[in-house]
Amino acid sequence: MSVLVVIECDKGEVKKSSLEVATYASQVAQQLGTTATAVAVGEATEDNLAKLGEQGISKVLYDAEPRLKDFVNGAYTKLIATAAEQEGAQVLVLANSNIGAAVGSRLSIRLKASLATNAVEMPRTEGGQFVVKRGAFSGKALADVALTTDRKIIAVKKNSIEAQHEAGKTAPVEKFSANLTDADFADAPKQVIMQDQAGGVLLPEADKVVSGGRGMKGAENWNLIEDLAKALGAATACSKPVSDVDWRPHHEHVGQTGITISPNLYIACGISGAIQHLAGVNSSKVIVVINKDPEAPFFKAADYGIVGDVFDVLPKLTQAVKELG
Amino acid sequence: MKFLVCISNVPDTTTKITFTPDNKEFNKAGVQFVINPWDEYALTRAIELKEAQGGGTVTVLNVGEADTEPNIRKALAIGADDAIRVNAAPKDAFFVAEQIANVAKDGGYDVILMGKESIDYNGFQVHGMVGELLGIPTVAPAMKLDLSGNTATLEREIEGGKEIVEVNTPFVASCQQPMCEPRIPNMRGIMTARTKPLKVVEPTGDAPRTEVTEFALPPKKQGVKLIPAENAGELIKLLRNEAKVI
Ligand SMILES: Cc1cc2nc3c(=O)[nH]c(=O)nc-3n(C[C@H](O)[C@H](O)[C@H](O)COP(=O)(O)OP(=O)(O)OC[C@H]3O[C@@H](n4cnc5c(N)ncnc54)[C@H](O)[C@@H]3O)c2cc1C
Repeated sequence: MSVLVVIECDKGEVKKSSLEVATYASQVAQQLGTTATAVAVGEATEDNLAKLGEQGISKVLYDAEPRLKDFVNGAYTKLIATAAEQEGAQVLVLANSNIGAAVGSRLSIRLKASLATNAVEMPRTEGGQFVVKRGAFSGKALADVALTTDRKIIAVKKNSIEAQHEAGKTAPVEKFSANLTDADFADAPKQVIMQDQAGGVLLPEADKVVSGGRGMKGAENWNLIEDLAKALGAATACSKPVSDVDWRPHHEHVGQTGITISPNLYIACGISGAIQHLAGVNSSKVIVVINKDPEAPFFKAADYGIVGDVFDVLPKLTQAVKELG
Repeated sequence: MKFLVCISNVPDTTTKITFTPDNKEFNKAGVQFVINPWDEYALTRAIELKEAQGGGTVTVLNVGEADTEPNIRKALAIGADDAIRVNAAPKDAFFVAEQIANVAKDGGYDVILMGKESIDYNGFQVHGMVGELLGIPTVAPAMKLDLSGNTATLEREIEGGKEIVEVNTPFVASCQQPMCEPRIPNMRGIMTARTKPLKVVEPTGDAPRTEVTEFALPPKKQGVKLIPAENAGELIKLLRNEAKVI
């Protein structure tokens, strides 16, 4: 019996959300009186994988097959299922990412496991049941879900648990092979196209986000959003109408039909706060709203607000961040 | 080509969410239900592809009780050819996926499409479960889908970019923006929808694997703290010293 956690890597680095799930998995293992093993996917370096010891991981399995660098659903599912069988994993933990959702759902069938996605808290045992709290109704509610099979899979929402670092601890990295065949790579990508991320911070992973709406008036004014984002080390995002008219690329559009994010800080500039927009951002820890209309609905969901003109306020904020040093 | 499009029946986006007194179920009273917005992308794209091929069928499938039929009819009005309703309240993602897989198993469908997730349960699970139950590839989430013969080319969203994936039919894809511009029914569609076949079948399969023990609303926000625009810089100090997020 053990806990197995799936670690996503990119260009040799462990993703931030994977440091979070590694921490989550170690804490679940502690609850169950067992250890947490990691299985890494993507392009990883041995040094970075060994550092997962800092999150309490006791062993890392890694298959260096080059075709696993990019996401391949068939191959990833088999690799992780093989690791889960080998380790006798009772609980499997993943990030609630596009990879986590794609393989987690296939694994739940293959491993005959119950699955909770969008988990926002550590699991707890209640009346003999294993219960996980998850987000529901596009962030407008929470649900406690009992996982009723012996094996359980949990996909943890980003930024809902803080990664722990026990400096200097390392985990042994073991070579691992799931005997993958060409057939397992039948759905391998023909091409991978990375998009420009303003400021170099990936929006789905970001813990700070500066976002602009129609109140920004045009693409030519986005330097104001980018300057503040850069000063804060934040990613940039936008509302749907902004990407519909191509002021910003689609992958920055957050909301019900865009991406859902849950950063620690979300700064909304010239965005009204329509319910469909809120659905993508309302589980952000701290929401800041800048809008010249004091009646804008977004103020109801905000923690901090400035009633004012974005063209006047944004440069002042950027300046103030720079002065913090 | 035979398309199967799975639609779920969800509370309208603007619904205020409340629960039954025991907090175990969503309170449906007075709530308007719609086709899950993500599923509309799947439905419209299937119809577009069928039209482009000048033949084939689009079947919509819903797991739900009789009260979902208005939205099934709406899907027929948008352009689906026929519909199947599995007569059961959806219990969890696994239960729904099994119903879909059981219908699909004998249906000879080439392409199975659905939305990325439902806006009520937000599971983002059913696509992969259906793919695995049927032993066919899944592409999730897909932003673009084109067909040429039996080969599909899809764009799959990854964090920070996209993958171009080619798979052969049959396959499952979960759809999201910007796959297409969802269609709304026109008058002619609404008229013809009434006469299109809607078959009701009884559920089969295993017990669900998860159970909601309690729903709750998120903790209420304290209320907004307003900072005068003249002192905008003050906000940054508050974010550092009070909220501790920078
Ligand atoms: C099915 C469906 C799905 C949808 N999905 C999404 C989604 O995923 N994401 C999304 O964002 N929307 C979505 N929408 C659209 C949503 O309903 C709103 O239309 C949209 O969020 C509005 O964007 P906005 O706030 O940028 O623009 P607007 O509503 O035009 O608001 C602009 C705001 O800027 C303020 N402003 C203007 N000038 C200034 C200035 N100089 N300084 C400060 N403030 C200023 C105004 O007071 C106003 O509040 C969806 C709608 C539907 C029907």
